[in-house]
This record gives sequence, structure tokens and C-alpha cells, in this order.
Amino acid sequence: MLEVRALRAGYGGVEVLRGLDMRVGSSEIVAVLGANGAGKTTLNKVLSGVLPASGGEIRFDGHRIDSATAQEIVAAGLIHVPEGRKIFPNLSVRENLELGSYRRGRPRRRANLERVFATFPRLRERIAQPAGTLSGGEQQMLAIGRGMMAEPRLLILDEPSLGLSPLLVEQMFTLIARLNADGLPVLLVEQNVVQSLDLAARAYILENGVYAIAGSADEIRDNPDLKRAYLGM
Amino acid sequence: MYSPEIVLEAVVNGLLTGAVYALVALGLTLVYGVLHIINFAHGALLTCAMFAVWGLATAFGIDPYLAIPPLVLVFFGMGYALQRFVIGPASHGDDNNMLLVTLGLSIAIENGLLAVFHSDTRGLEGDAAFQVVQLGPMLISRAKLIGFAGALLVAALLWLLLTTTDTGKAIRAVAREKLGARLVGIDVRHIYAVTFGLGCACLAVAACLLMPTYYVNPRVGNAFVLVAFTIVVLGGMGSVPGALLGGLFIGVVESMSGLFLGDSLGQLGIFVIFILVLLLRPTGMFGAKA
Repeated sequence: MLEVRALRAGYGGVEVLRGLDMRVGSSEIVAVLGANGAGKTTLNKVLSGVLPASGGEIRFDGHRIDSATAQEIVAAGLIHVPEGRKIFPNLSVRENLELGSYRRGRPRRRANLERVFATFPRLRERIAQPAGTLSGGEQQMLAIGRGMMAEPRLLILDEPSLGLSPLLVEQMFTLIARLNADGLPVLLVEQNVVQSLDLAARAYILENGVYAIAGSADEIRDNPDLKRAYLGM
Repeated sequence: MYSPEIVLEAVVNGLLTGAVYALVALGLTLVYGVLHIINFAHGALLTCAMFAVWGLATAFGIDPYLAIPPLVLVFFGMGYALQRFVIGPASHGDDNNMLLVTLGLSIAIENGLLAVFHSDTRGLEGDAAFQVVQLGPMLISRAKLIGFAGALLVAALLWLLLTTTDTGKAIRAVAREKLGARLVGIDVRHIYAVTFGLGCACLAVAACLLMPTYYVNPRVGNAFVLVAFTIVVLGGMGSVPGALLGGLFIGVVESMSGLFLGDSLGQLGIFVIFILVLLLRPTGMFGAKA
């Protein structure tokens, strides 16, 4: 579904990603883990076309997308739910969701809206409220709901558990499993190692812009290098 | 000191003038709200629109009100192209540079107009300025009444556009959350250009509503934009309802201070208000807290 080869990217003269290879197969959950500053968010920005790649190639569904614009990538169905949610605080919950189908999924907007409300009944209760007044957990639901409105063919979730209470984190991971059970491949970018490894089939550990470890979730959990990658020990 | 009728008439006249001020301010506040820059070319573009109305009326005998639809289209297109192909590219990705580009643009336009039309002041032929409508005890200028209705209509249409269409929602989304907008597939450059185009379209309408009772010279737009800027600050930078209410209020302030202080000091009240707002409530009536 998604294939990345020798990907390089950065900001100005500073290279953050220094040659990444990765793959997300159809209908699997793949976790990208790593400490702060390892390059996780940069990777997501390059995948969604917000930041240009300086080298390497990205293929989505067999097509090169490393020089595509953000809107072309959304149109192809690679949907990125960003870190920090990036919802539209001045727009109502409904308007936020409607804009989720700005570029893709517009013909079935009404049906998809119902689907999101079925998944997140809380959002229906808050439908006319400005999104900026929602709680952190509700905003995260809204961000994921907005992503679902575009009928994703692959969903990138960047730190969906950030800033949520342990109970909400649990719910969030359950939800991701449910979305995936319907056949949606998910690229999960997280700092929450234990729960991510429980959920994902495979994982990549990012360290200083390269992969320190890659493999099945079970292998990685037992790998002594995991601690080193996180704690620099 | 003045009879109530005279004061009432001044208030009504102020409201009528204020609505057209509001229209100019709407364009300014819309561009500020989304692009986060003061469009310094706003005044020069208004002057262009007024010259266009004058030109159409003088050369082809086209009624200023009939000129609204074609001029709205032309000015929307021109604004779109200016932002997309001149202001945007010239600022090289840094929005702060756009401010300087619009300043340069205003100097270029103003001097271009001076070169072509010289500094003469021109008005439309005809007696539109003298036609009045009796409203109770008051005699109200017909052209101003039309201007008032037209400005409110445009404000309502703009509001509908911003709240009910996908493009309008995208404009409001880009105003506050650019990265989020890009990630749902909104082309931010396109939305910038549409916003700039809408700002120019407001100016085209304002010019058509103004010209029957006003005059045009290559610097006339600046006076309006100074007032419009006060309105934008008063209403809250980027707020559409703020621009509308602020415009009406400033119109009344101008008319009242004209009545009580004398015509030549009419604008004094506006700038006193401006300073007071900056001192006491810098976010304006409807402004978001920083």
C-alpha cells in the first residue's frame, strides 16, 4: 500500500530523515516509534506532502507521490491525522467534519457523517459547538472523525494518545483496532511504546532519522536495543 | 441646540454612509483575517474600481448600478490573479513579505493612475446626487439609500458564502489552522487568492454605490481606507460582523461630529474613537483574544 525507499528530508540545511525504508501493507497496522526529535513528525509531513522530500521515493498504491502536492495526496486517499489535532477551532464540529470531505468523499458526505457520529456519539452531542471549546479527548475524536470523512485508504495517526487520560488512551487504541478490523491500513506514529506494540503487527523504531530496529511487534518488544533507542543508553 | 429632526437625519445619514464604509472595511478585514496582512493596496484598488465605474459611465453611458455584476466579476478575477500570481509568488512563502508587496503595489497603482488621469477630480454626469426620498420628517438621498441596501445585501451574501459553502468554510479554516487545512486537501494558495478576490469584489460594489454621489481622483481611495482601517480595528481584526457594525457606528460618529463640530472636523470623531479603542480595547468589539 505504502512503500518508502531511501527517503531523505529536512528543514533548510538540517537533514532530519537520513535514508528511510519502510512499507505498510494493505490492512495492517504498522507502528513507527521513537523518542522526541527522532523524526517521526517530519516523516509524516513528508508522507502527506506538506514538506518536500529531498531524496528517495514514496509510492502509494504503486504511484510515486514524493513530488505530489498535499491535496493530490489527500485525493489519493492517504489521510494524515496530525499531531496536536490541528482541528479548526473557529468552526463548529459539523463544519470541521464537513471539511474532512473537502477534497475526497464529498458525494457520500451525509452517510459518512452518520458513520462518524455512530463511532463518536459524543461528537453528535457537540455538533454545533465551536471545535476550540471541546476537551482534548473530544478534539482527538474530531480529528480522527475528520480524517474518516475523507474515506481514507490509509490512515496516518500521529500521536493520537498525546495528552489523553489513560482511560481515553485505552479507548483510542480500541478504536484504532476497530477501524483496522474493517480493513483500513493504519500507520501509527506514537511515543506510547507498550500499547502501540500490542496493537501493531510490525513496527519501526526511529532514532536520529534512521531506523534503529525494524521487525514484528513481538520481536521488537523483546529487543534489548529498544531501551537504547529510547533512552540513549 | 439642534432640533431632534436634524439630529435624527444626521444619524440616519451616518448609518447610510457607514454601510458603504463597512463594505470597504469588509474586504480589508476578510483579507486580514485569512492572510494576516494589512492589504495596503486596498485603497488604490478602490480608486481603480471608482475609475472603472466612471469610465463605464462616461464612455459607454452604463449606469453605475448596472455596472455592479460585471465589475464584481472583473475585480474578483483581478484580485485572484494579483494574489495568486503577483503578491503570493513575490513574497516567497513568507506571509510577512506580502504586506510589503501590497504596499509596493499601491504605490505603483496610484502613480499609474496619476500618469493616466492626472490629479483632476471627476464625477458622474447627472443629478443622482440631488434625488431625495421623503422618509417621515427627513429627506434622504436616494443614492445613499441604495448604497445602504446594497452594502447590507453584500454583507449578507458574504456571510452566507462564508458559513454555507465549502469554499467559505475553507476560508475560515485557513484563517485559523493552515496545516490542518492542507491535510484535508485545501489548497491554501487558492484560498488566499479567492479571499483576496472577494476583498476586491467588495471594493467593486462599494465603488458602484459610491460614484453616483462621490467623485474620483487617483488618491481618493486612501481616505476611505483610513476610515475602513479604523472600522476594522474597532470591530476586531478579521471579524465580519465587527466590520459591519463598526462601519455603521463610525458612519454615525462621523456624521455627528460633523454636525456638532463642523463639517471640516467630521473625521475628528473617527480618529478619537480609533485612539480610544486602541487604548481601552485593542482586540475590538468582536476580535479574538491574541
